[in-house]
Amino acid sequence: MAQQKWRNTLVGWSFILPNFLGFVIISLVPMIAAFGLSFMEWDSFNAPEWVGLDNFERLLRDESTKIALWNTTLYALGHVPLTMLAALGLALLLNRRLAGLGFFRAAAFFPYITSLVAVAVVWNMLFNPEFGPVNQFLHFIGIDNPPGWTTSTTWAMPAVILTSVWRDMGYYMVLFLAGLQSIPREYYEASKVDGATGWQRFLFVTLPGLRPVTFLVLILLTVQSFKVFDLIVVMTDGGPGRATLVLSQQIYRQGIIEGEFGYASAISFVLFLLVLVLTLIQFWFNNRRERS
Amino acid sequence: MIRRVLLNVMLLIAAAVILVPFLWMVSASLKRNNEVFTIPIEWVPQSFQWNNFADIWERIPLGTYLGNTVLLSVVITFLQLLTGSFAAYGFSKMRFPGRDALFFAYVATIAVPWQAYMIPQYIMMRKAGLTDTLLSLILLQAFGAFGVFLMRQYYQTIPDELCEAARMDGLTEYGIWARIILPLSKPALASLGLLTFVNTWNDYMGPFIYLTSNDLWTIQLGLRSFVGQFDADYAMMMTGSVLSILPILVIFLLGQRYFIQGIATSGMKG
Repeated sequence: MAQQKWRNTLVGWSFILPNFLGFVIISLVPMIAAFGLSFMEWDSFNAPEWVGLDNFERLLRDESTKIALWNTTLYALGHVPLTMLAALGLALLLNRRLAGLGFFRAAAFFPYITSLVAVAVVWNMLFNPEFGPVNQFLHFIGIDNPPGWTTSTTWAMPAVILTSVWRDMGYYMVLFLAGLQSIPREYYEASKVDGATGWQRFLFVTLPGLRPVTFLVLILLTVQSFKVFDLIVVMTDGGPGRATLVLSQQIYRQGIIEGEFGYASAISFVLFLLVLVLTLIQFWFNNRRERS
Repeated sequence: MIRRVLLNVMLLIAAAVILVPFLWMVSASLKRNNEVFTIPIEWVPQSFQWNNFADIWERIPLGTYLGNTVLLSVVITFLQLLTGSFAAYGFSKMRFPGRDALFFAYVATIAVPWQAYMIPQYIMMRKAGLTDTLLSLILLQAFGAFGVFLMRQYYQTIPDELCEAARMDGLTEYGIWARIILPLSKPALASLGLLTFVNTWNDYMGPFIYLTSNDLWTIQLGLRSFVGQFDADYAMMMTGSVLSILPILVIFLLGQRYFIQGIATSGMKG
């Protein structure tokens, strides 16, 4: 019997091992190393040197990192609510019998799996201040002085946010659609019997029924926002100036370009903590609301 | 009645917002470069420049880029499916000490952003002499915890009695995985496979950080190179974009169901 159990453990491990080895070497070890490195100074040639909290002090003094942190927050403040609204709106529009429904849903989802480079390049053209369709449209509806978008320090961030909303809304729409379909039909029928208007049904049946999905979307979107990286690199490369410089990019610049591994790891650690804290807050908030 | 009209108008606006960038892309890809930006916009090119789609192969080594991208996507998807489904079997159909703790470690790391450990990862690869090789990207993406998670979710829905019966019949655990579980989990394999393939095909940051030699570049890096190299050649840029999206469009149309299922069941991305 003992031998059987021993054998079973061996076989079990043999299933997990191929993936587990790769996972430990490629992901887990770097994760732990990143934590340690944030308290060290290292150029990868000489032996690493323990410097305590020096990297974090430097982070508080570094203008670029502070700007990156602020820009990342701004991006999240725009990207999270706008994507959520757009995704919910699309889901509500497409949650009914309709000719061409399949086409609409597929079209709404497709931007999410479209190459990000192509998306960034196209939107850069659409946002072209002189000739782009966006500004031609704004002229057409009577706005004489449309923004300079990616060429302007004020409007580059909104341009990036709008592009990312367009790209991501279809993905979260799928989650909202699944949520809408999980609300029992009887609730709507009962509220109709009680004489509720369409708006009241939305407020008192649809929205509460969507709460679990909304919560999930909120977490996923917030975490995704704080990790924003490739879209910015391709669309504006952090510019003009430092107008759209974000945390991930600052980690890349300090770590891989400048070779400041310790300092870059300290910034990574801040990014990790931010993501962790946000997730925990949202879990806590949702638990409390569910109990009351 | 008014409500209905209003809803349809909103639907039309939504459809326009979603589709206009794609229309622009296709339209510009068929124009002469000096006809891309006009006032007012010409959505239908004056004369269709189909030769853009032939010329681009000479302007950049598109064949090489495509080859690299296909190679990476296929190998990574295959390894992810193989090791992911294999590990998922161990996590869901076998019992042994430490199993659940180990699985918890997997799931917990899905939440850690890649940006938080990409620096030590890069140093490690450089020390191993693997930067600027396709192998580095394969190692980077083939052993994701997400794949294990997604496959295990699906295996949980397959009744354990099935495995028990097979054990009685004298099948080994490997036999059960290969001959019973794997054929039963085709939908999950399709979901994971498609998501992994598309993610790898579209990946920009990985190749951007790791690949410096031009002959190793993927199509995404090649596309990006137009922006600097031919600063004004917008038409070519759009031609390249259309070509890079077409394979994904075909895959998406064929396997749409599995994409949506993969997302709806896991609520997470790779």
